[in-house]
Amino acid sequence: MKHAPLFALLAGLALAPAVHAAAADHVHATHAWIRVLPGSLPAGAYVTLENDGDQPVALSGARSTIYADVMLHHSSTEGGMSRMTMVDSLGVPAHGKAVLAPAGYHLMLMQPNAPVKPGDMVKLILTFTDGSTLATDFIARPANALDDGGDHTKH
Amino acid sequence: MKLLSFRLLALPFLLVVGLILAGCHSATPLPFRLTNLTGHMPQLEFTLTNDEGKTVSAADYQGKVVLLFFGYTHCPDVCPLTMAHLHVVMQRLGKSADGARILFVSVDPARDTPAVLHTYVNAFDPHATGLAGKPRAIEALVKRYRSAFTREPSSKDGNYEVSHSSAIYVFDRDGNPRVLFTPADKQDDLVHDLQLLLGSGDPR
Repeated sequence: MKHAPLFALLAGLALAPAVHAAAADHVHATHAWIRVLPGSLPAGAYVTLENDGDQPVALSGARSTIYADVMLHHSSTEGGMSRMTMVDSLGVPAHGKAVLAPAGYHLMLMQPNAPVKPGDMVKLILTFTDGSTLATDFIARPANALDDGGDHTKH
Repeated sequence: MKLLSFRLLALPFLLVVGLILAGCHSATPLPFRLTNLTGHMPQLEFTLTNDEGKTVSAADYQGKVVLLFFGYTHCPDVCPLTMAHLHVVMQRLGKSADGARILFVSVDPARDTPAVLHTYVNAFDPHATGLAGKPRAIEALVKRYRSAFTREPSSKDGNYEVSHSSAIYVFDRDGNPRVLFTPADKQDDLVHDLQLLLGSGDPR
């Protein structure tokens, strides 16, 4: 009896490889957009990630053929000060979601090798901590946009 | 001839009336919704370079309701979000927004030249002006409003972030500090208080 929890744990571990598919297979990306700033200024990319799998997954960053460098960042405001910190990963809970949105988590896109204009579609390869990837189209939005513009294109 | 002499006489009179009204205006308490700064901070004062490369001072913005904000152009998230929100605020104010000016003061003197600031602020709103200056002039203005900024260590590619105060300081047409807007405040309240200062909207 007293070994029951240990047994359950071992059974779980034994089963894990069988049910564990690549993280990206269970993730759906929506509301993917980039706020384009003038010139070659760094831009912020935002996306909503939904995980329909039974295992939590974690986003580790992204890569792109257009931007030389992409970093996962978190903005925070504490004591009236805004700051940005680099983060290693962002968890997406099992059957849950993670939102990258302005003033929170975002991908910082740096050094574009070609001009990106509002209306352009930019492919970013989202990378997860297990090494799997998810190619996602991000819509480039003007500097003064507040979201992906989805509500405006409908009417 | 008669008309001209009347105008000449009327001018000093109107100036005096204007000054009295201006004096009353700054002293008159207004039913602000945001944190009231009236009498708690010094008048707007600075000498910086605008985004067209011209030396400007607070006197150049006399007659405008000023929204003062510290930021930097290499800030991909919070600064553009604030500017995008201010753009919406200006749109909501309609025609009376012409009486307001957004002053985006760069806390990154090393990278933000007037030219960079010019394209930057104009990507957001026509009522915005970018202000650059020598580090000492920027620090003086930041300290004057008990604000702060810190340049963070550079990464290997030489890029760096600047942590900075996220508040927006609102001044009336005479350069008196009136309200403080922080990211925790409601946009409706900023619009409300700006309407009071611009003399439109809510009855007084």
